[in-house]
Amino acid sequence: MGEVSFVEVSKRFTLRVDNEVHHVQALDRVSFSVRDGEIVALIGPSGCGKTTALRVAMGLDSSTSGRVTVDGREIKGCGHDRGMVFQHAELLPWLSAMQNVMFGLEMKGMRGEPLRVTAEKYLELVGLSGSKNRRPHQLSGGMKQRVGIARALAIDPSVLLMDEPFGALDAQTRESLQAELLDIHARTKKTILFVTHDLDEAVLIADRIVVMKEGRVAEVMTVPLTRPRPDLSIVRGLPEFAGTRYKVWRALHDDEKTVH
Amino acid sequence: MVDIADKHSDTAAPQEAPERRPLPRWMITCASIVAVLIFWEIVGRQINPVFGSYPAAIAVAFWELLVTGQLWAALFESLQPFLLGYGLAIVIGVPLGLLIGGFRVAEAALGIYVTAGYAMPLVALVPLLILWLGLGFAVKVAVVFLMALFPITINTWLGVTAVPKTLIEVGKSFVAPDLVILRRIVLPATLPYIMAGVRLAVGRAVVAMVIAEFFTTISGLGAVIINSANNFDTAAMFVPIIILMLMAIGLNWLIGWVERKVAPWQAEISGRDRE
Repeated sequence: MGEVSFVEVSKRFTLRVDNEVHHVQALDRVSFSVRDGEIVALIGPSGCGKTTALRVAMGLDSSTSGRVTVDGREIKGCGHDRGMVFQHAELLPWLSAMQNVMFGLEMKGMRGEPLRVTAEKYLELVGLSGSKNRRPHQLSGGMKQRVGIARALAIDPSVLLMDEPFGALDAQTRESLQAELLDIHARTKKTILFVTHDLDEAVLIADRIVVMKEGRVAEVMTVPLTRPRPDLSIVRGLPEFAGTRYKVWRALHDDEKTVH
Repeated sequence: MVDIADKHSDTAAPQEAPERRPLPRWMITCASIVAVLIFWEIVGRQINPVFGSYPAAIAVAFWELLVTGQLWAALFESLQPFLLGYGLAIVIGVPLGLLIGGFRVAEAALGIYVTAGYAMPLVALVPLLILWLGLGFAVKVAVVFLMALFPITINTWLGVTAVPKTLIEVGKSFVAPDLVILRRIVLPATLPYIMAGVRLAVGRAVVAMVIAEFFTTISGLGAVIINSANNFDTAAMFVPIIILMLMAIGLNWLIGWVERKVAPWQAEISGRDRE
């Protein structure tokens, strides 16, 4: 199981800039849900609250009002039912790839032989068995993020939360990791909620796209592409891809009225 | 000028063209030491031996102190309170720094004493310490401990505050308890700062040891310094001073070695592991 619901989630915080107090409405009655096994992309301009929404779902930030439920249970702080993939992987630099994956498992209470076997299984899932003893600085950006994904998946969470996981990677690496994420999803059937600012990425990967603006959900769209999507280069050429991409682009630029 | 230009055009031939390797560090250090010793020898010999000395005279004095066994005994006597006080400063200073840096309440309650303690004029407090602890071994340990404690604690504290917030969030997102985050994330991330504090403390601990030997029971290397000075034997006075400096260099090197053992990723990241 892995179903996430945002119910009227709001978050306000105060910001002090040069002795002026600003009230920022980071989230304004955000409601949407992610079904079991579904991939939902949160997209929007920077400062729209998409990352805040994800952090509230993880339990790293608290909401001012409203609630987030995972499989019907209201979340209170962090939990092993959710696995977080951070923007810059955030591996612990003193641990090897393998030890980084084991860290999450140890926090879940796993010890001994199962710990090692499980960590190896997930490193294999992301294609890093051969580099398991390397430390983060000996890994490329793409490999680091693979370890980040393995670390989050290894604890077998109901939901995978990803915060612009490929945003810092070069275009080629990003494309191969997008394909790999879809492959991992096909194999594990995990529910995934991921934040992105990349239109193509949202359409390629997601089943539904939540467009956010100024802390509110502006629109929720269904991507009319079937699964599996084994070859993303073909998907890019489909009229459904182009059409959805345009629809999302329009939704993002809605307030700028076109002058003809 | 012509000469230089000629040489340049001569040696610009094939053999010299490929990679010019930079001089190894140890070679630069040795050259520097030799230059300083030669300069000191030349200048020192011009000075009245009561007011100054020079390497050759110090070497003779060193040999004399060594064969009489006086030097070994003094060194051994000094090392005991030094190592105990310095060791205690590490064992207490590091957890104290972690505590102050890691917990808001501890920082607000204890931080101010550590900041003040770092600037404390310890020499002025020695008479008071003598009243509390007597003139013997304990007071020497206390003086070394107090001098070494604060740089270690302050550096550890600073290190904790410099740990990236996101690394702590990694721990939180996997539901790690606070103490586990402190031990498994904050402590390793702080290690380079801790080691810097431990290094800074070496110098202060050496100074503290000599202060203690001057102002409490005169003993150890401090006693050799005082006795030689009282006899106007300036060359012999320099022997323990130089030994203390060598000891500090040796300890620094040892700490660097330990650092590369316990925190190898740090040298790898900064690229200093290839030297």
